[in-house]
Amino acid sequence: MADAQTTEIMQGILASHRDLEGPLLPILHAVQAEFGFIPNDVVQIIADDQNITRAEVHGVITFYHDFRDAPAGKHVVKICRAEACQAVGGTALSDRAFEKLGVGWHGTTANGNVTLEPVYCLGLCACGPAAMVDGKVVGRVDAEKLDKLLAEAGA
Amino acid sequence: MKIFVPLDSAAKALGADDVANAITAEAAVRGLDVKVVRNGTRGMIWLEPLVEVETAEGRIGYGAMDASDVPALLDGKLPSLGLVEQLDWMKGQTRLTFQRCGVIDPLSLADYEAHGGLAGLRRAIGMDAADIVAEVTTSGLRGRGGAGFPTGIKWNTVLGADGPQKYIVCNADEGDSGTFADRMIMEGDPFTLIEGMVIAGLAVEATKGYVYLRSEYPDAIDILEKAVVLARQAGVLGADVLGSGRAFDMEIRVGAGAYVCGEETSLLNSLEGKRGVVRAKPPLPALEGFLGRPTVVNNVISLATVPVILEKGAQHYADFGLGRSKGTIPIQIAGNVKFGGLYETAFGMPLRELVDTVAGGTLTGAPVKAVQVGGPLGAYMPRDKFDTPFGYEEFDGQGGLIGHAGLVVFDDSADMLGMARFAMEFCAVESCGKCTPCRIGAVRGVETIDRIGQGDGGAIELLEDLCETMKDGSLCALGGFTPYPVLSALHNFPDDFAAKKQAAE
Repeated sequence: MADAQTTEIMQGILASHRDLEGPLLPILHAVQAEFGFIPNDVVQIIADDQNITRAEVHGVITFYHDFRDAPAGKHVVKICRAEACQAVGGTALSDRAFEKLGVGWHGTTANGNVTLEPVYCLGLCACGPAAMVDGKVVGRVDAEKLDKLLAEAGA
Repeated sequence: MKIFVPLDSAAKALGADDVANAITAEAAVRGLDVKVVRNGTRGMIWLEPLVEVETAEGRIGYGAMDASDVPALLDGKLPSLGLVEQLDWMKGQTRLTFQRCGVIDPLSLADYEAHGGLAGLRRAIGMDAADIVAEVTTSGLRGRGGAGFPTGIKWNTVLGADGPQKYIVCNADEGDSGTFADRMIMEGDPFTLIEGMVIAGLAVEATKGYVYLRSEYPDAIDILEKAVVLARQAGVLGADVLGSGRAFDMEIRVGAGAYVCGEETSLLNSLEGKRGVVRAKPPLPALEGFLGRPTVVNNVISLATVPVILEKGAQHYADFGLGRSKGTIPIQIAGNVKFGGLYETAFGMPLRELVDTVAGGTLTGAPVKAVQVGGPLGAYMPRDKFDTPFGYEEFDGQGGLIGHAGLVVFDDSADMLGMARFAMEFCAVESCGKCTPCRIGAVRGVETIDRIGQGDGGAIELLEDLCETMKDGSLCALGGFTPYPVLSALHNFPDDFAAKKQAAE
């Protein structure tokens, strides 16, 4: 059961999406922007509002890579795994990130500062290897640049 | 003095924001009257951040700039590249779709109009719906997302369909590695896409449009959302488009990180708020698309090319190209290349010229081993197929596809068995799960390639068989086309598969 505050926030989010056609993805994005993840106890609230089952909402949440069921670290570092970045050393870069952070894909460092996520193409294919730190794009990431990014993120 | 500093993601990823801030700060210190305009990128990514200074002769380029170069720039002592329009890379192109990208301030509707914008829409407003469709059909424009289906024919189906509401859905889920044309135009000339969608709306009598834009492109989302608001304020969107008495409005919808949503039926499900699972066709989305209503689903570049077709006439566009591939194609050159970026040219340029001359070979200087054309579902082309001219049928004839026209170049250090494995792994991660050959086949594919890697040569036959099943038995291109990179790697680079076998023995 969601607490009173969560319920109130949810009512606001749901009300602001009332006029949309096919509103579930925008609702989930808004929920994640608010809470940093999709809390388990809001699933029923969304289901009731949309007149669909809890299972259907769960199905949608779990289908998409973007939606989390637990909070991420303070900073999210995404490293591109796709072919164009591989052609210029992307794989070595992610291996270095694993080593520096001591986590694999989707892992969060022990201090809770950095979550490492794979991404399949940021559209920076002519200046790879590419990465994104909290929505900010970085191109031509070499070992030195990566170390600096990770240090800034508090890894 | 007017100074242009790109706001394109690729330019920002290479430090354009720092350069822009440094120019503003340094100009303030010196008391100079400098206006910094944030334009899109010209597409010469190896020169980014490419700063341009407006002069009486034209725009002079400086790149790749670093914030520390700013004092020298303002002293007039920084070596320049010369006039940007006169650089070989720019002169060699035929820029139709991208005519304004990198030239104008993307969020200035006045700039947009001064450079030919809205001329196509104004012409379309004076035409019957069927005539607009006929114009697009005559131009020979084909779906630039990859499938290459004639845009005019798709529009005609929607025009002829009955429904309480019709929709224009723009597929901006540009997930293919090596492609960034959609992102570049949305960031550099967003009004072109908006204008193209309005024209599509007039042509098929749809009054509502959606852009399904991937969440991996936060800068494009931001710019396009701002452009939609500006277009609405200026009456380009709304209940009375440019005083025509006809309505069209649009919304931006953000994806959630699923590659398969670039497939049109999966995209429609996602837009409806469902899991992005592929739908069986028929029914065609043209007849039963978004919410079961007639829907045009077009790629960003297809829609963004419509304004120039209406502006300059269908024949002008159709006169470019090769065979049934008419017009121009924005080729995206990526991966291990000296000169990476976007190069718009008429169809027909041989792959060799694109790779060796335009791209200048590899960045590392090592020989080119393979070029993957058309994204993660495209074939790996070896050097002996480099004479293939860039066209839909021509690549199909070589066991490949042009897809969204991205080229990813690899040097001789590339391990093609590893690339084949990655293609299967990617398919397994991104499969929507609807059909077995894709959902299970991709997982088995990874395992089978691992067996080959461990020296089990007998597994090669099994891999070929699996690929055949995936090709024939999958509903959409994800499972159906993953065999392209896998089999092209296997057939064109057999040594990479055999070497492992010998090493194991």
